[in-house]
Formats: sequence, structure tokens, C-alpha cells
Amino acid sequence: MPFIVKYLWLIPVLPMLAAGLSALAPRRHRAFSASLAIGSMVISFLLALCAFTHVLGMHGENARQVFNFNWFQFGDQWLQLGWVLDPLSAVMLVMVTFVGTLIFIYSVGYMAHDENFTRFFTFLSLFAGAMLGVVIANSLLLLFICWELVGLTSYLLIGFWYHKPSATAAAKKAFITTRIGDMALLLGMVWLYSQSGTLLFYKDGAGCLEPSSLSILISHRTIIGVSACTAIGLLIFAGAVGKSGQVPLHVWLPDAMEGPTPVSALIHAATMVAAGVFLVARMYPLMSAGAHAHHTLQVVTWVGAITAIFAASIAVAQNDIKRILAYSTVSQLGYMMMGLGVGGVAVGMFHLITHAFFKALLFMGAGSVIHGCHDEQDICRMGGLRKYMPVTFATYAVGMLALCGFPLLFSGFWSKDEILHAAHGWPVSRIPFYLGAAGALLTAFYMTRQVFYVFFGNCRLHLGRTTTSEQWTVEHAGVPAKQHPHDELAGEPHETSPIMTMPLVVLAACSILLGFIGTPAWPWLQKFLGGEVGGFNSSVISLMVTSSIIVFIGLGIGWWLYGRRPLQQSEEPDPLEVMRPDIFHLLENKYYVDEIYEHTIIAFNAWFARMCDALDFWIWNGLVQLIAFGTIGLSWVSRFCDEYVVNLGFDEGCKGAVLGGKGLSRLQDGRVQNYLRVIGIAMAVLALLLIWGIGLS
Amino acid sequence: MSPLAGYLILSSFLFAIGLAGAVTRRNAIIVLIGIELMLNAANLNFIAFWRFSEHPEALTGIMFVIFSIGVAAAEAAVGLALIIAIYRHHKTANVDEVKSLKG
Repeated sequence: MPFIVKYLWLIPVLPMLAAGLSALAPRRHRAFSASLAIGSMVISFLLALCAFTHVLGMHGENARQVFNFNWFQFGDQWLQLGWVLDPLSAVMLVMVTFVGTLIFIYSVGYMAHDENFTRFFTFLSLFAGAMLGVVIANSLLLLFICWELVGLTSYLLIGFWYHKPSATAAAKKAFITTRIGDMALLLGMVWLYSQSGTLLFYKDGAGCLEPSSLSILISHRTIIGVSACTAIGLLIFAGAVGKSGQVPLHVWLPDAMEGPTPVSALIHAATMVAAGVFLVARMYPLMSAGAHAHHTLQVVTWVGAITAIFAASIAVAQNDIKRILAYSTVSQLGYMMMGLGVGGVAVGMFHLITHAFFKALLFMGAGSVIHGCHDEQDICRMGGLRKYMPVTFATYAVGMLALCGFPLLFSGFWSKDEILHAAHGWPVSRIPFYLGAAGALLTAFYMTRQVFYVFFGNCRLHLGRTTTSEQWTVEHAGVPAKQHPHDELAGEPHETSPIMTMPLVVLAACSILLGFIGTPAWPWLQKFLGGEVGGFNSSVISLMVTSSIIVFIGLGIGWWLYGRRPLQQSEEPDPLEVMRPDIFHLLENKYYVDEIYEHTIIAFNAWFARMCDALDFWIWNGLVQLIAFGTIGLSWVSRFCDEYVVNLGFDEGCKGAVLGGKGLSRLQDGRVQNYLRVIGIAMAVLALLLIWGIGLS
Repeated sequence: MSPLAGYLILSSFLFAIGLAGAVTRRNAIIVLIGIELMLNAANLNFIAFWRFSEHPEALTGIMFVIFSIGVAAAEAAVGLALIIAIYRHHKTANVDEVKSLKG
């Protein structure tokens, strides 16, 4: 067993250890906790590179190596856990550790003014450890444990500024919404265990993703007519729906922007939300098993396609810089799911990897913008930042073009094109392809809108007045507004420090270069991940041309509406709002999905909770009270008996004895003459009795 | 009525008087006198029954009475000594006043 496979567990454990040590450090030891976190991530990155090079040297099915161990015994069975090193986990390991390291470095600059610096790095390290655990897990149970840990750290990090009620509400919403998905995942897990007897994915032919177990699952028919395989696949996909923010469980992701921007970059763009996609990729043998049908993958595709177009349409009408990116993430996750459904693991994972880089870049760029505009997040109040923040603008432009899929140079083009190509050739239906293409157009459009709002035109920044978030903090928490000692030109936005812009530059480079590992002319990533490699033929070229045209159309419409005459005042309405206010307001209010949920499910839940409370208060509580009263009554009866029956009888008896004694004691008065009198009388009576007795007898 | 009955009636009357005196009188010495009377009435009974018995020469009655008189004298002396002791303590010879053994 090679060294790296045996010690693969070090990769997640090191950041967790860093988190544990950092949790014990006092708040003022910022350098200690930051260096622990970054150091552990760097070491994990180096180990991940070792793992990656190790996998590079192996071929085909030999590329998968597992290490399973016994955890505990129940009955006569052993519950086993383990980790797996195969191309899928190797690629994810490198991506997560690399992006994680860059974001950690960025956070040192971003959170420098925050007093809870050490707590932030503790949670970040814990998250990184848990996410890496999800990646290498060979057992669905271990994956689920780390999955839940990831959800927990997401909750902790979204609600990091817990004195803001909007942040705590968003954290709760995230946790509860993903919990709904997790419940389905748990059900699927239990069912899988009962059917196949093991939760290990790969175990020398006996694992649950290996052909012997899959054939059992396919043949077993459930009551509604689908096979157990399909049903389990659907349940596990439901878990991914929650975690990856697919429709209908997407509602938590935009609200999760309440967390600090590095959190949004790491968790809600690059890694945690990708965990759902990763789960589907990991469970792909299960989801694609069965000769015909492929029901699960069809559902995956449709959900992904609907999510892609749904979220892209909402992003068109948003005004918060991070919220646009959040809806963009939801949309791109839809693309990834669609890619997994139509094209397989390689297609979906390629887009996941490229998306991680450019989305993290975009979020960190947005964080840089927010930081430079003194915590302003509304794009209507920004503008013309191109002059003040050149590095941020350049890297943000690279990220934006990558996301739009600008042809040939940027990675997003290659990965999205793979998805569209696979969707075009999907035997079931052409509709996901059209939805994907429409989504690509919208993506180009709203990103262009955002870039023109933020970076072009005149600066509409309202400096000198506190921004809305600062105002809230001052009013409600008594926390003084953040001091910006380096703000000499008070009244102007400023470029951020190099510690924050260096990661941006690195990520921008990756966004360009990573595209070339998966082009149709050199499909290295696809071969690596074991997908089928389509040839480089004319349909590919025509599709590339088509998608390029779509992107240019989107960019063009965006320029025409927003670039020719950028917004002058921050109170001006959006040009789209002027044209079609009804559609604009529908999109701005996110199709009222939150309100629908509020009035149906949440209202039902609240009603149910009230019913349970009433049941608890009146019935269970009433029973307990009844029993208590019964006991009190019994004790009262007992006391009554004791007081009146026992005491009285006893007391009266004693009184009688005392009175009798008093009476009798009067006889004994100490006067001898009285005694003599009594003797005399008694003698006389006796004599009379004697005489009469003799006389009678 | 036979002469024996006459003596017996006399001794019973004497006894009754002695009892009445011992039971009723306040002064302790009078109580002693009553007790003496009762003793002597009993002596008379003895003599009467001896005198009118079948063997008057046996002298049994007289012997008993002489012992009885001697005992009565000794008992009178003891009684008087008791009364003097009581008088020294209670400063009174009234039997009604001596109630220190009252229970």
C-alpha cells in the first residue's frame, strides 16, 4: 500500500487539528491562528499534489486504491469506514486545497479589522477539514458525517456576525433547508445499507458501488414500480439538491451572502455547494446503473436545467453585488447537475473545477470591491471603480468572461461547451440544451450588467454617510463603525492591499489556463476521469460557434442597455425596470418563492408546532397534573384520618385515663383517718355479706 | 337472753363506740383511745366466751387476754411516741392536718 494512500487521512485531519488548536488560542493571537490555518492548508495542498501525481501514474481501474478499516462492531458485523484515492478524489483534493489556501490568505486581509479574527479561522479550518473528508470518503457513512460537519461550519460561518438578526436568520435557513435534503440522504443511505449490506463504496468487489451490489439493487423492485437502485439514487440526489441549492431547495444560498465574503467565496461558490455535485459524481455508478431507464439521471438533468434557467433569470434583476453572484452560482450548479446527467462524471466535474476557480475569483473580487467601497454592497451606489481599483477590475473582468464562457481563451467556455455538447446529443430530449443555451445568454447579460454598473460610468458612491450595513451595526449593537486608518482620501474608493489582490491574480491565471486541460482537441481531463471521449468533429465546431454567438449576443445586449449610457444617479431605475416593470419586479422578488414557502410550509410548520405545544400543555401536562392532584388528595385523606380518627380516639382514651386517675387519686389524700373509715365500711359490708351468706346457705 | 349474749352485746357496743371514736374524732389521742376501746372490747369477747365455755378451769381465755393487754400497752406506747413525733413535725395533733402523703 503506497505511503500516500495509507496517509491520505492526513489531508483532512491537519486542518481539523489546526481548527482545534486555534479554538483554544486567545483572541489576540491572530497571527498564530492564521498561520496555523494557512500552514495546515499548504501542507494538505502538498499532500494532495503527491496524491495527484500518484494517481497520474496509474491507469484505468487500477487508479482506484482504497484503505478500509474497522470502526466498531455490533452484533457479529463490523462497521467499516475508509478512504479512496482515485482520479475523482485526486482532482477534488487539489482543487479544494489550492482554492482554500488562496482564500485563507485573502481572509487575512479581508478580516483584518474584525475583532473575531481567530474564531473565523477556526471555523474556516474546520470547514476545510470536513470538506476534504467528504472528498476522500470511501464510505457513505463517513461522507455523511463530514457532509453534516460541512453544513455545521456553513451555519457557523454564515451567522458569523451573529449580532445581525438577518445573519442568524440566514444561517438558520441554510441549515434547515439543507437538513431537508439530508433527511432524504439519510433515508437513501439506510436503504442502501439494508439492501447491499455495506456502506463502503469500493471493497474488492463487495462495495455498494461495485457491480455485484448494483445488480442486486437493480433487480429489487419497490412498491411503486421503480427499482431500488433508482429510488435510492433519487433519495441521495435529494440530499444533493439541498446542499447544492437546486430548485426547490435553493432558497438558502442567496441569503447565505450575509456571511463574510471569504465565506461566500469558499463555501458557497467553490466547495460546499460543489459537495452535492461531487456526491452525484461519486455515486454515479449507482445513478447510472440499469440498462434502460436511467430514471435517476433524467431527474438530475431536468432539475439541473430548470435550476440553471430559473436562477439566471432572477440574477438579471438583483442589485446586491453578492446576490447576483449567488444566483449565478445556483445557475452554474444547475449546469453541473445537467452535465452529470447528460454527459457523465467527466463533463460535470470539469465544469465544477473551472467554476470553482472563476467563481471564487469573482467573489473575492466582489469582496475587494466591497472592502474598497467601505462596506457598500448595492451596485446602484457604485460605479466607475475601474479607475480606483485597476487590479480588481482586471481580475474581475477575467472571471466574468470565464463565467460567461467567452470563446477560446477562458476556461468557462470549454467546460460549458462540453455540457452543451452532451445536452445536444442527449437521446431523451433536446429541451435541456435549449434551456442551457438560454441560461448562457442570460449569464452573459447579467454579468455584463453587473460589470457596467460597478466598474464603468461615474462614481455614485455615497461616501461620508455610513452605509446601510454599518448604520445597522452602529444602531443595534453599539459597535463603532469600522475604522479605516488608511483612508486618506475620505470620499473615494481605494484599491485593496496586495494580500488580497495577489490571490485574485493567481485565480485569474488559473481561470484562463485550466480551460486547456479539457478542450475537445486534447481531452485530458475527460480521459483522466474515465469518461467517454467524443471525437473532435464538425458537430463540436458548430456547437462552439453557436455558443460563442450566444455569448456575444448576451454581451452585446448588456452593453447596449447598460454600457452606452451608464447609470448617472443611484436612485435612477434600471433600464429593464423602465421597459417591463412587471417582469422586472417578479424577477427582483425571486419569483416570490420565499413568500410562497412562508405561507405554505412554514405556516403549516408553525401551526403544527402550536398544535404540539397545545397537546403538550393540555393533555400531557394535564395528565401529570391530574396524577399530582390525586397524590395530594390521597395525602389529604390520610392526614384527615390521622388527625381526626387516630388522634381523637387516642387523645380521648388518654384523657379518660387521666380523668380516671385524677378521680382515683382523690381517694389517696394522705389522711389516715379516711383510710380507717374505708376499712370500717368495707369490713361492715363484708360481715353483712358473710352473715347473710351463711344465713342463706 | 342468755348471759353470754349480754356480754357479747356489751362488747359489740364497746367496739362500735371505739370504732366511731377512732374514725370520727379529730384529735390523734382520742383516736388512740378509740383504738384502745376496740382492743378492750375484743378482750371482753374473749373472757365471755371463756367464762361460758365447757372448760372454764383451763385458763386459756385469761392467758390470751393478759397477753392482749400487754400488747395493747406496748402498742399504746408506740402510738403515743408516733403522735409526739408527728406533733414535733407538723405542730398540730389534728389528724385532718397531716396530709403530706397525699397522692
